[in-house]
This record gives sequence, structure tokens and C-alpha cells, in this order.
Amino acid sequence: MTRKVKELENLAQIQQDALRALADVVDIEALEAWRVTHLGRSSAVMAVFSSMGGMDKELRPLMGKEANEVRQALEAALEEKRQALEAVALKQALETEKLDITLPGRPVARGRLHPLTQVLRHINQIFSDMGFQVFPSPEVETDDYNFTYLNMPPYHPARDMWDTFYTKKEGILLRTHTSPGQIHLMRARAPEPIRAILPGATMRYEQLSTRSEIEFVQVEVLVIGKQVSFAEMKGTLDDFARCLFGDDARTRLRPSHFPFTEPSAELDVGCFVCDGVGCPVCKETGWLEILGCGMVHPVVLEYGGYDPAIYSGFAAGMGVDRSTLMRYRIDDIRHFRNNDVRFLRQF
Amino acid sequence: MKAPLTWLAEYVKIDDLDIESLAKVMTMVGLEVEEIRLVGLAMPSGEKHEFKYTGLSWPVDKFVVAQIDKVMPHPNADRLVLCRVNDGEQEFTVLTGAPNLFEYKGSGPLQPPLKVAYAREGAVLYDGHQPGRKLMTLKKMKIRNVESSSMICSEKELGISDEHEGVIILDEDAPTGMPLADYMGDAVFDVDTLPNMMRSASIWGMAREIAASLGRPLKAPETHVEMRGPSIEGRAAVEIQDPTLNPRFVLGLIEGVTLKPSPYQVRRRLNLAGMRPINNLVDATNYAMLELGNPLHAFDYDFLLNRAGGDAPTMITRRALPGETLTTLDGVTHQLNPEVELVTDTAGALSLAGVMGGEESEVNPDTVNVLVEGASWNFINIRKTISKLKINSEAAYRFSRGVHPALAKMGVQLALRYMLAWGGGQVAQGLVDNYPNPPDDPVVELSADWVNRNLGTEISAQEIADVLTRLDFTCKVDGDKITAHTPPHRLDIGQGLIGRADVLEEISRIYGYDKIPSRRLEQPLPPQIVDPGLVMQETLRDLLVNLGLQELVAYRMTSPEREARRYPAGYAIPTVEYIEIQNPITVERRVMRRSILATMLEILEYNSHLDRRLAFFEIGPIFLPVAGQELPYEKQMLSIGLTGARDLPYWAENDSVSMDFYDLKGIIDGLLAGLHVQEIAYRVAEHPSLHPGKTAEIMVAGNAIGIMGELHPLVKTNYELNEAPVYLAEIDLARLLEVAHSLFDVEAVPAYPPVLEDLAVVVDETVTAAEVEAVLWRGGGEALKKVQLFDIYHGQQVDPGKKSLAFSLTYLAPDRTLTDKEVHKLRQRIITLLDKELGAVLRS
Repeated sequence: MTRKVKELENLAQIQQDALRALADVVDIEALEAWRVTHLGRSSAVMAVFSSMGGMDKELRPLMGKEANEVRQALEAALEEKRQALEAVALKQALETEKLDITLPGRPVARGRLHPLTQVLRHINQIFSDMGFQVFPSPEVETDDYNFTYLNMPPYHPARDMWDTFYTKKEGILLRTHTSPGQIHLMRARAPEPIRAILPGATMRYEQLSTRSEIEFVQVEVLVIGKQVSFAEMKGTLDDFARCLFGDDARTRLRPSHFPFTEPSAELDVGCFVCDGVGCPVCKETGWLEILGCGMVHPVVLEYGGYDPAIYSGFAAGMGVDRSTLMRYRIDDIRHFRNNDVRFLRQF
Repeated sequence: MKAPLTWLAEYVKIDDLDIESLAKVMTMVGLEVEEIRLVGLAMPSGEKHEFKYTGLSWPVDKFVVAQIDKVMPHPNADRLVLCRVNDGEQEFTVLTGAPNLFEYKGSGPLQPPLKVAYAREGAVLYDGHQPGRKLMTLKKMKIRNVESSSMICSEKELGISDEHEGVIILDEDAPTGMPLADYMGDAVFDVDTLPNMMRSASIWGMAREIAASLGRPLKAPETHVEMRGPSIEGRAAVEIQDPTLNPRFVLGLIEGVTLKPSPYQVRRRLNLAGMRPINNLVDATNYAMLELGNPLHAFDYDFLLNRAGGDAPTMITRRALPGETLTTLDGVTHQLNPEVELVTDTAGALSLAGVMGGEESEVNPDTVNVLVEGASWNFINIRKTISKLKINSEAAYRFSRGVHPALAKMGVQLALRYMLAWGGGQVAQGLVDNYPNPPDDPVVELSADWVNRNLGTEISAQEIADVLTRLDFTCKVDGDKITAHTPPHRLDIGQGLIGRADVLEEISRIYGYDKIPSRRLEQPLPPQIVDPGLVMQETLRDLLVNLGLQELVAYRMTSPEREARRYPAGYAIPTVEYIEIQNPITVERRVMRRSILATMLEILEYNSHLDRRLAFFEIGPIFLPVAGQELPYEKQMLSIGLTGARDLPYWAENDSVSMDFYDLKGIIDGLLAGLHVQEIAYRVAEHPSLHPGKTAEIMVAGNAIGIMGELHPLVKTNYELNEAPVYLAEIDLARLLEVAHSLFDVEAVPAYPPVLEDLAVVVDETVTAAEVEAVLWRGGGEALKKVQLFDIYHGQQVDPGKKSLAFSLTYLAPDRTLTDKEVHKLRQRIITLLDKELGAVLRS
């Protein structure tokens, strides 16, 4: 009996000593050392297990049970201590590991679309959503396509509206607008209906300045069908303007003249910079001229291969450079083709 | 054209509209008002104005009509006078240096008094002594001991014109004390006249459009003229040789007229309309032209009599003879040709028909008898003349766009009326009116149904007729049908189908674009056709942006010299044909480009000092003339340009290396992979702009689609570029389109684990990586899925002339896990093949 008591007291002592030692442990390394000392192969509690072989048979189960309890208690204490120490360590780490978050990020070389492409894509997208398809057309043109087929025979006064670059080849010029694309498209499609846009570069003989370029991008819009009306032109272009400039964009159609459309109009949009009060962007008018449009002239329909007695249509043309200038309030149109990286990387 | 408000108001009732509303009416009827210049009238009230306003208002309490009763010498200054001025309320003494008052100096009380424009203290007006238009405020000041706080104004000070030689002397009937703005305040509408609205390049023409828009009556110009002189018959004759060039020619005669300045209000209006007043006779023709739209010309009648040897002059209109010359009244002598139509007499050329008068026959200080010409001319012929002779005038501006012959006679009558009113004399009875070719004023038939289908409206036939009647069309309505006769003042209405479109525009314009409903398209969708080239261009743009490149948009126009910079010095540049521009804006841009690489090099050069890393691409055409074809081949190209640091500057890494050949190749690989192009290979190639050892042709399925490489060092010296090497690529998009795939096979995600193995082989320096890879693929067979080169080694551990290439190989079978034994077998097969074909040994 004494033996038994002594052994049990010994176990209690082992537990007590170990826990006392554990109380002094302050870091993970010391904890590991403690584990080796108090729970390792040569620890006191393990020694109890290994000494059990020499014990009384009746004592063994009791001692085994008791020793196990001690070991489990120490293991639990170890785990508890470990968690406490880790929490302290984490807390410390979080308190000390501080980055200068104001240092610059590692830059990634990002590619960009040219601003004109960005705006052109926006325009294309809006028309695509309305069922328009995109077609290309040539930039060097014949006089016939650029003028005559658009109802401007030689010496027509309206030819003055376009300052033209002529090539040294008789009858060949740099297209002054995307409208010759109308004829190409009509001739390829007649008598099918058309609902298309034709974007592309155009050239005009101008003195280069902050507001005028010799090359610029235009988008031509063309709809041909059996009963296309002015009202449909108005609705389509109104929708377009609202998509491009926002739901509350105000529009107005103002009479104008283009030889290849009749009636002709300019579409004005309420200035989005000053909201119509007047500012330098809208030249104090409160309105921005966005595009020219009109019902396709019978002569143009005929040249395109459509019988004007049966078919009608509307066309519109807009300058992408101009829209981009207004949209971003850019002070100089020449920035677009200068391709200065300090300009381009802002988009 | 510039239209003064007060002048318009003589033809249509507009006094109930403010300036802003009137400008809106004008703009919405097709007379686009670009600017409104206030010349006295007040700015319209309200915060929002839809027009640009310039000019000066004359507040009624600061500017009044005053009278000078006496002009006295200044006690201390010869160049100044003192004026006794009455402004209707008080008498003042006003100091002025106006030279046109000196003649009255010391001549006692003036009877009648001089009427002047008078500005009181505190008035804001333009400083007459400063160039341009600078505002100043009148304050009390002392000049040579005489105090002065008010001013007798010049035209410049009031913003009427730039004239500052003297003060304005108003017409005698100007009421003293009346606010100046009430007496002659005005606003000038600067209207952008559309090419098809030349009928509106006149006061009457504009008034007609305004009247039509407002639905108000239009007053006709008063053309009645008292003809008390002897008949013109037998005293002047007209002979028209070609009626297609000169459909009508009208002459009128006034005798005993006094040449002098026009009344002040006439001069003021001419100034406001942008024409310089000359004298009452010339002013009368200009005033009548501005009012009616038909240019007129005044000849000195006695000069013509003289040339005809005392006989009645005969005006002959004919084509110029070869070699004939004429000096116009601007002093320029023109070499003429038979394209040019002339007004001549029996002695020779007098004026360029419809463009400008000759120097000799014009009205001069001795003129007392005036022959007035009103004619009409073929506008195409006038256009040819002015473009050939590089000459322009107010007359040519109108005649070159078409003026209806009906106006010629009215114009002559109007001018005679003004000459008589402003210069006295007697108008000869009758006119000489030779009118061999009256135009056929079209009759247009249309139905209300057709109009409504085209406009999307529901307007009745009667309403349509009413709208057209407001524009002076004569209309007949029969049920749904309208027959519209074009009025005899416009040439822009065509026949048949075209005429209908022309009339449709008139109906919609006057009816009002704003009243036409707005509807979505109700048309059936056309057959859907996609342009694959455009689709690929957009895909390419996205790919290249994702690969870190900046897109460019560049000029098509360049010069052969600029493009030649892409060749090394001494290179025999091939002669090529360019699309040459006949009228270039500068010699620097006189042809259409043939090289997209030349464009890229210029843009790299421009930016070389602006950023340490440049990575650009451009998609666009080059222009290649094709023998036997009208138009050039617009070959769509892609160019890529790289130079400078591989990485952007970063604080944790100070030295970034420059981009190299393989950066460019990686981008090209990336874009080809993005287009799912297969069978890609790079072949050693040559290109005059590229480094001979660092150039590759980009091959797809055995065909070259483009070229890439490092810029040739000699070419590099042609440009101002940084030290870092420059890499360029150029790809033919038509070729690329042929090999790009929008549909491609997707392999199943493997169900079994791969086996990875490294293999380092030592080969001769001359053996390329591609050759080794080809053997690896062959040896590995189907199970080899991926080969990646991860190291190249030259050095002590391999023999001289040799290199070691280390590859990572991935083996995979779709249906099982590969065993070590299987992989070992493949490896042995590869090693044997490498040895056999390339003499390669495994690096130990």
C-alpha cells in the first residue's frame, strides 16, 4: 500500500514540477525544450511508464491509468501554452512587421489603345448594339466616288465644303470624308437592305493648327431600305447620342446642307461640359455639333444601284477626333498623331 | 453673310422677338448664326444664351445723339478743338482732336448744327488710340488745362468699324437727345450661308426664310424708280454671244448724278455688312446687291461713249480671246483664255463677267452719268474663272453659286433708285433688257402620302401646300396630290425625282425638324455579313495591348526622304512609285507612305528621350500603286517597335536590362498564340533595315507573314535614338488573316499525373535550339507533351565550341500513369536520336 501511495505521490510531484516549469516558459523554443524534458522519451513521466514492468501486477493498471492522466494533463497544458505563446508571438509580429505602404507599387508595363481607337470602339459598340455592321473602305479614292457619285459633279459649288488633296494621277484623290464608302457598300449590297457603319481615316487640305488636322478619323452611318423615314433617322441618332453622352443628353436637329443627303441636318447635343450655359468647348452656344446627317439623295441611291422610287435611306457622318477632343477637353488636335507618350499614357 | 438686324426688320416683322430668339429662328431654318455682334443694342436678358455674342452695347443713359452748335479753337493746342455740344438736356464743352471738325473751327454758330454720337462720363467704349478693340471707361480728365469728361465718338470707339480718322457726323435728321441705341443701335448676325441657300445670301433672302419660318408676310423691296430722263433706247445696247453663259443682261442709265459720300446710315449698314463704303454710286450697287443678292456693276457712261467714238456703247458679252488681258479694279492684270467670259464693248474688254470690273471703266471722281449693269451668269463658268485666275469678290461669291436671272432687273432698278436718292440727277426712261435664256423654274409633283412616308409624319396635302406657299412656291392641291411651281428667285430645285427630294427638304425645314417624330428603326435587318479582316484587327489590338504595347495612330502622308532614312547609308535604295499628292500642305508630307516601319522609327525617335521603355504597335495601311489599276493597293500592316528598359523603373531594382530580340519574339509568339496560328517557325533572314545576324522571317506553314529583328546599327545612326538597341517587326495582315483560326481544338484536361524530367545535352555551338527541340519531339513521341528550354551554358564545364542546352520535358499519357520504365525507354530513345542526328551527348 505504501508503495502504491509513494508511486502516486511521485506522479503528482512530476505533474506539479512540470507545470511549475511550464509557467516559466516564455517562448516557443523554451516550450520545445520543456516538451523534451517533461514529455520526451527520457522524461519523468515516461520513466514511470518504463518502470511499470517491475511493478506489482495489481498496481499496474492503476499506475498506468494515473500516469496516462498525468501525461494527458501535461500535453493539454503544453497545447494551451503553445497557443498562448503563438498568440503572443503573432500579436508581436503584427505590431512590429510594418510596411511603408506609401512606397510605390511594382509597376506593370500596361498596354493601351490610342484614344481615337477607344472612342471609335465606343461608337462602333453603340451602333453594333442597334444591329449595324462595320465595313472598311479605301482611303485613296477616285474623284467620282468622293464627289460625282455623291451628287457633286465637277465644279459643283458644294465641292468647296471639302478642301481636297489631289494626287498627281488624274481623277484620284485622298478621300475627304468616309461618304464614298456609301457607294462602295451600296454597289456591293444592292438590292439588299443596309444597316452599316464605315469608320476610317480621311484627309483634308487644311493648315495644321490646334483645331484642324490634315488627317482625321470619321465614321459613316448608312441605312437603306424600302421605307426608311426621317423619323427613323431621328430616333436612331437620338438613341446613339444618349448612349454616347448619357441618358439625359439633349439633342436637336438643325437644317444643314450636304449634296448627298436631302433633307440634311446637323445633330447638336447639349454641351456636357457646361450643361448648356455656355463655355469655350461649345463656343458659348451650349450646343456641340456632333454629326451631319440626312436622307440619302436620290442621285446617290441611283449611283449606288438602288431605285430611288422604291428605296430610301439615311446617312450620317461624324468626326472621331472632334468627339474625342470634346470628350476629354483636349486643347490640341495634333496630339493624336504626334503620339507623344506623355499624352498617350493618360488614356 | 453678315446681316444687320435693323435691315432685316425692313422686310419682315421681327420687332417682337429679342435678338436671341431671332437668332434661334434663323439657325433652325438653315441660316446658321455663328456669332452675334452687338453694335449698340443691349445683350438679351437671361443667363443662357445659345450664341456667341461680341461687340458693344450703348446704354441709353450714356450714349445719345447730340448736336455741335459751335466749334472753337483750343487756347493751347492747334490739333485740338473745343465743341459746344447739346445732348438734349444740357450744354457742354467737349474737347476733341477729330480732324473732320477742324473745317468748322471758328466759323461761329453752326446752321444746321452737326449731329454726332455723344458718350457721357462713365460710358464704356473702345479706346480709339489703341490697336484692336480695348475697352475703356470715360473719366474726368484735364487735357492742356481744359477739363473734359465726355466724348464725341468715332466709329471705332462705338464698335461700328475700325475707322478713327474723325468722329461720326450723323444725318441731319438725327433727333438730338435720343438714346443712340434707339437711333442706330443694331446687332449683326454672322450667318454661315449653305451652298444650296445662295438665295439667302441677301437681306431680302434671309428675311424670306425668317418670314416663312414665322408664318409672317415678307415685304417686297421697293423697286419703283422715277424715270424722268430721256429714254435709254438707242443710247446703249446689249449683245449676248452665248446665252448659256449669260442668260440675261440688263442696263439702266442715270445722268447728272453728284458723286459724294452716301448718307451716314447707308455707310453704317455697309460697314456692318462687311463692305467698305466708297461713294454714293458704288455704295448704291453694293447696297442693292446685299439687299437683293444680285451683284451689280456701275460704269462711267461717258467713258464708254468715248470708247465708242461718241456712238451709243454696245455691251458685248463673249468669251475672252486667246492672249487677251484685262486689268481689274484691284490693279491685277489677268492673262485670259477662252474659258473666261467677259463684258466688253466695241473697243475691248471692260470687266471679268460676274467677277470684277476693269480699272478703266469704273466710277471715278469726274463721273456724272452712270450705266448700271445687272446680269446673270453661268455659275460653273464663273467657278472655273475664279479658280483659274485665283480671284474672288462679293460678286463672284454669289455668281459662282448661282443667282436667278429674275433678280437682275430688280437689282438695276434698286440701284438706280438709290443713286437717284443719294446723288440726284435723272434716270433715263426704260431699261435695256436682253433675256435670251430664262431658266425653267421646275414644277414638282408630289403626294402627301409620299411626303409622310419619307418624313414619318402625318401632314395633310393642304398643310404641305401652305408650307411651300410660305416660301413663295405656287401650289395646287388635288386630293392627295400637290403641284408646286418653283418661285423665280431660286435655282436649287431640280426636276423630277430630284426636285421632289429638294421640295421635301423645304417642307421639312419650314415645317420644323423638331416637329418630326423620333422613332426607332422599323426596317428588317439586312443579311448579316462580317468582315473578318476588321474583326482580326480588333483582336490583334486587344492582344497587343494585353502584351503591354501602346497603340499608335499615325499620318499616312510622308515624303520619300523620310522613308529613305530606314535604309543604311550607301544602300542602293530601290526606285519605287509613290501615290504623290499634287497639292501637299508641306514637302514633308507629299506622298502616301509605303513603309509602316519608317513611321514606327519616326515615332520611336520622337519619344526616345521621353520614356525609358518604349513599346509601340500600329495597325494601318501602306499605299502601293498597282500597274494598270486606278487605285493603289491599301495593304494593311502591323508594326511593332520596342526599345529601352525591359522593366519600368522601380525603387527595389535599380538596374533594369534593355529589351532584346527575345522580348520582341515573345510578343510575336504571344500574338500568334492568341490567334491560334499553328506551324510557326522563325527563319534566318535579311532585311536592309535590320541587323544581318539578328533578323528573322516569321513563317507560318512555310510562308513568310512578316519580318522581325534588331534595327541595323547603321540605320540607327540615321535617327536620334538612345543607346539601347531597337527592335522592329512588321506583319502583313492579309497573310496573317489566312493562317489565323477562330476555331481551334481544346485538349482534355489530363486525368493522370505527368512525369517531369530534365535533360541537358552538349552540342556544337552551331546547332540551334530549334534543331535540338525537333529531335526531342521526335524521340519523345506522343507521350511527350511539353519541351521547355530552361538553361544555356557555355564555359569551363563544356568543351570549347560546344554549348549545353538544358530542357525540361513533360511526359503524359491520356489513359494511364506512365511508369518509370516507360519514361526511361523514351529517354533512351531521345538520347540515341540526339547522338545520331546532332552528335549530342548527355551532359554529365
